[in-house]
Amino acid sequence: MSTVMKGASFVPRYNAVERSTHWTLALSFVVATISGLALFHPAFWFLSGLLGGGVWSKTLHPWAGLVMFIAFVPMALWYWRDNLIRSYDIAWMKRLPEVLMNTGKDLPQIDKYNAGQKMLFWSIIGSLVVLLVSGFVLWFDTDYKLPVLAVRLSGAAHVAAAFVLFMGMIVHIYSAVFWIRGSMRAMVRGEVKVGWAKHHHPLWYKRVAGKSK
Amino acid sequence: MTNHWNDIKHADLVLIMGGNAAAAHPCGFKYVTEAMEARKAKLVVVDPRFTQSAAVADFYAPIRPGTDIAFLGGVINWMIANDKIHWDYVKAYTNAAYVLREDFEFKDGLFSGYDADKRQYDRATWKYELGKDGFAVLDETLEHPRCVWQMMKKHYARYTPEMVQKICGTPKASFLKVAELIGGTANASKVMTIMYALGWTQHSHGSQNIRTMAIIQLLAGNIGRPGGGVNALRGHTNVQGATDMCPFGADLPGYIKAPFEANPTLASYIEKNTPKALRPNSVNYKSNTSKWIVSLLKAWYGDAATKDNDFAYDWLPKTAGAWDSVAIFERMSQGKMTGMISQGYNPLFFLPNVKKSAAALAKLKFLVVIDPMKTETSEFWRGHGDVYKMDPAQVQTEVFRLPASLFAEDDGTFTNSGRVITWHYAGQQPPGEGKNDREILGILYSRLRELYRAEGGKFPEPILNLTWGYANSTYPTAEELLQEINGKAVTDLVDPKDPKTVLVKAGTRLTGFGQLRDDGSTACGNWIYSGVFPPSGNLSQRTDPSDPSGMGNTLNWGFAWPANRRVLYNRANLDPKTGKPWDPSRPLVSWNGKAWVGNDVVDYPGNVGPEAGGPFIMTEEGVARLFSPDMPDGPLPEHYEPFETPVGTNLLHDKVVSNPSARLYAKDKELFGKPDEYPYAATTYRLPEHYHAWTKNARANAILAPRQYVEVGEDLAKEKGFRNGDKVRVSSPRGHIECVVSVTKRFKALDCDGKKVHTVGIPIHWGFMGVAKPGFMINLLTPVVADAVSQTPEYKAFLVNVEKV
Amino acid sequence: MSIQSVAIVRKSSTTTPPPQARGAVEPVGKLIDVTKCIGCKACTAACFEWNDLREEIGNGVGNYDESVVDLSDQMWSVMRFAEIDTPDGRVEWLMRKDSCLHCADPGCIKACPSPGAIVQYANGIVDFNQANCIGCGYCVAGCPFNIPRISKKDNKAYKCTMCSDRLQVGLEPVCVKTCPSGAITFGTKKEMVAKAEKRVHALQERGFQNAALYDPKGVGGTHVMYVLGHGDQPELYNGLPKDPSISPWVGLWRGVTKPLLSIGLGLGVLTMFFHYVTRGPQDEDAADHADHAHEGEAK
Repeated sequence: MSTVMKGASFVPRYNAVERSTHWTLALSFVVATISGLALFHPAFWFLSGLLGGGVWSKTLHPWAGLVMFIAFVPMALWYWRDNLIRSYDIAWMKRLPEVLMNTGKDLPQIDKYNAGQKMLFWSIIGSLVVLLVSGFVLWFDTDYKLPVLAVRLSGAAHVAAAFVLFMGMIVHIYSAVFWIRGSMRAMVRGEVKVGWAKHHHPLWYKRVAGKSK
Repeated sequence: MTNHWNDIKHADLVLIMGGNAAAAHPCGFKYVTEAMEARKAKLVVVDPRFTQSAAVADFYAPIRPGTDIAFLGGVINWMIANDKIHWDYVKAYTNAAYVLREDFEFKDGLFSGYDADKRQYDRATWKYELGKDGFAVLDETLEHPRCVWQMMKKHYARYTPEMVQKICGTPKASFLKVAELIGGTANASKVMTIMYALGWTQHSHGSQNIRTMAIIQLLAGNIGRPGGGVNALRGHTNVQGATDMCPFGADLPGYIKAPFEANPTLASYIEKNTPKALRPNSVNYKSNTSKWIVSLLKAWYGDAATKDNDFAYDWLPKTAGAWDSVAIFERMSQGKMTGMISQGYNPLFFLPNVKKSAAALAKLKFLVVIDPMKTETSEFWRGHGDVYKMDPAQVQTEVFRLPASLFAEDDGTFTNSGRVITWHYAGQQPPGEGKNDREILGILYSRLRELYRAEGGKFPEPILNLTWGYANSTYPTAEELLQEINGKAVTDLVDPKDPKTVLVKAGTRLTGFGQLRDDGSTACGNWIYSGVFPPSGNLSQRTDPSDPSGMGNTLNWGFAWPANRRVLYNRANLDPKTGKPWDPSRPLVSWNGKAWVGNDVVDYPGNVGPEAGGPFIMTEEGVARLFSPDMPDGPLPEHYEPFETPVGTNLLHDKVVSNPSARLYAKDKELFGKPDEYPYAATTYRLPEHYHAWTKNARANAILAPRQYVEVGEDLAKEKGFRNGDKVRVSSPRGHIECVVSVTKRFKALDCDGKKVHTVGIPIHWGFMGVAKPGFMINLLTPVVADAVSQTPEYKAFLVNVEKV
Repeated sequence: MSIQSVAIVRKSSTTTPPPQARGAVEPVGKLIDVTKCIGCKACTAACFEWNDLREEIGNGVGNYDESVVDLSDQMWSVMRFAEIDTPDGRVEWLMRKDSCLHCADPGCIKACPSPGAIVQYANGIVDFNQANCIGCGYCVAGCPFNIPRISKKDNKAYKCTMCSDRLQVGLEPVCVKTCPSGAITFGTKKEMVAKAEKRVHALQERGFQNAALYDPKGVGGTHVMYVLGHGDQPELYNGLPKDPSISPWVGLWRGVTKPLLSIGLGLGVLTMFFHYVTRGPQDEDAADHADHAHEGEAK
């Protein structure tokens, strides 16, 4: 768990196990995305070349997806409490335009994750569940001769859930890598600057900084 | 067939009964569909099961197995009662007017002249009354109480529609519908064809089944007419060819009677077998018997057969008793046989009562199996899993296998159901040690001959003197044999009116059986095939399908026996009053004042006009027989129950239940079952996916039909609690089989005079050899009893019980 | 008749139009008249013999039960049998050769994600090219008739090719050649439709009032058509669908979602990009200097 070293200018946010899990998730997401996009639209078929061809893409995709799901399970268990919507999240959401415009001042104080991140968390869970169930149907339907409507619905659901997940990932990656500077450090080095913590997640900072006493 | 395949397209009504033409002959069935499309012909099927033929038919009527004579007798009665008779035809071309002897009678199920100990008839009382001129007496008014017409009418009066329903289980309305459709062809403008097969022949009254239909076809005037006839569907590519060579005990090639002990000399044989004309103008073609037998003997014994030694008649074995397959195996089971050569034949699989056959084979000293494959027969001597039990310690038989060629590895002829002989070419040579059948027999014969020459032996003359002038004495070619069968002039054939004129030079092949003589100047291996290989060449190799008249008589496609005649009795197609065809749109032959012209070979000897005798030249009367004095088991067909009958009695005469002429061996009789223990009527049949015991060796066929099963109707399944796929045990007093059950709508219980009769269907194709899933041979169930005339076993109607395993 | 089959008019998973320079080719038609079919399975055997396929020897119950045999990578054509009780108390035994119908608007092509794994020739034949097949099974779901099968041997999809190889050298499909009762005939689609119309008329005269040609418009018509005695109830023939069309779910999944969602993804990425170049990032250090006047105060 995170502790605070008094006097340091960094706050621990994620330990080694958490970071490994996240990056396992991310890497498998990349493989699933490359192969998934190749299977999704002929314009993206060229991506299958990155994985060795169409058959490799088809073979790797479900395994990557399965790893993704398995990797997210501990994360869901670790972070679900921190992702419950509170009243301050509602207040924060009302001021989302300012956040987006980078003009937000004196925003309502929020905890470890902002409302946007919380929505991402729950939509990931929803998407992954749909992706898993529909993914199994698509993976094994020719072995078990499932009713064809189940396969067709699974196909449509899989694509819809993947779209939701992918859109979420676009926002997540943009926010974490490009927009909110300092965020990458959390997942690469495991810590964030105190200023970052105080500015973006003041309640969380108070919590973990207070614990060291 | 009296007609042929192409001809079927001319029918207005196609009756399929005692057979399943669509499934068993899908190629030939195209002619039925053509008749249905082009002529709007109707297809009617009468069968214990709803077959593939029924699936495409206009009307289907069910019938209890083994009761066809009751049904058809009912049709005869209905036609007479409703005046659906083609009178002009019947009066001119049948023996309706012939008067029977006073001492002929039919009473309580028996015809006059029955010997209960021998189970045989003395047919003397069945003959016609003869006039002072020695010819049969006629009453053309058809009023004489003992004329055939009146006797037949009386005989079938008992076969009312109600009686048909009681015996056959066929609902009366269905029977009447079929009768009406048949009756609709009893005139000049409409013709019916009947297509039948083993569903009629494999009964203890099989020959009589066909006789009944022949009577109906004559009453309707459908014989000798395009789209008509009595048409047997032969099931093997060359079973007709094999049949024509008559490799049975009772006949010689060309359906000549074999000599019996009762004919010690050629003269007595000829006398006994040459019938006398019964009408002054009848051709009575069998009067040529002496020419056929002498020419046959010349073919077999060549120069060694001379007038002085009665053309080697003494060298022919004289049959005593029966020598059909069932009789042979009866002898074998009594230990009376030393060895057997089984060529292209699988008797363990095919003969009824497998246990009896297996025990019989085990008593042989040697068994030679000539076959391309290992068969159940060649492997009879040891057990095979659950499906066949045999302890080799109990078998004293030495088994030899001589691998032979398959049909595709051989040149030769095929003769189809329509009597058309065509040639086929070898696609390859038999693999491994396999040899062509002719080569195997050639080698066997050559060695036997050498042994006799070197060591002597009892009565070597018939062996040593066989003509064997083949180019390769251990491997006669098919062409050489076909030429022998065709026949040739042995010496110059001179004109009997002018001995200086040579009609045919010595050594020349004959152009037809009309050239045969009984003085030893001609040789012919099978008179009915004569003309197939004349000096112009091998006519069976012709492949010209041209059909200028559109009647389908493709005279240049192969060669039809006899004499390339496509429709038998084709003179009966003419209205005798006008000399024109009954139906001008379906002509065959006609007389132009000088000669017979048309699209077929006229069924008549020489160029004699229509004023000559009747068109049925093989009978002594020259007309067709409604009443047949020569049928060994009865001149008029009568309904007899199968020997194992689910109803336990014969409603027409309870004292004579089954065919009184059918031969019964004591031990076989003990194994008949009764309906209290074996309540269900069983019938056996074939699937389109398989051919007999053969194709279970072929992977493709095994894929299409892999595993043994029996079929029962939904109602029986409900009674017994069977579900589709359950394992069941089907049993009879002879044995049992175990397999899965297939539940179907195509079998329905029949109400036979208040008794509910279920039919159980048993496809035949499984055994312990091959790549299909191993199965029990179904002849473990069948009884040993056969048709009184042909000795074809009663595979189509017997009793079984079925239980879940 | 020689049938030109090499011109490909449609390929699975393509974004660009197919070749179009050559003249129109007469589409072919195979007509299966089930009222003449006698269920002999010669078509089944001819197909697997010509194509060098062999299924395992199975464990059927009877020969006509559904459980005997299904389409598979080794069985591209099967016979389907159905027994029905008619309203007037008779039994009918319906038999239908079940095999790819070669739709004009094939669901398999629509569903297939692998470019060129499924092609449609100018003559109407829909052919699988296993070299490009990735074994995903989408074609099985895309097909309204449940035809393609994935092989356990090589994980590729297989189905009837309408003997495209034979057609290329002017021969008819092998099932047509073999059918002993003449139930299967072949020619141009126009010829077969005309032939079927005559046959339907004859059947109606014979008492099959609802006889009809099965050439479902919902898939643009098919190049393998049936003459059905019960043309109003195709489902009697072992579930032949009455008004088949490509499932709207497939239309969604493999159709409209493709451009829609791709555009969505593209817009998403572009939005992020334009946000970056217009609003820019929130600097890490700026956060340090942010106004934290209220730090430490309770909320």
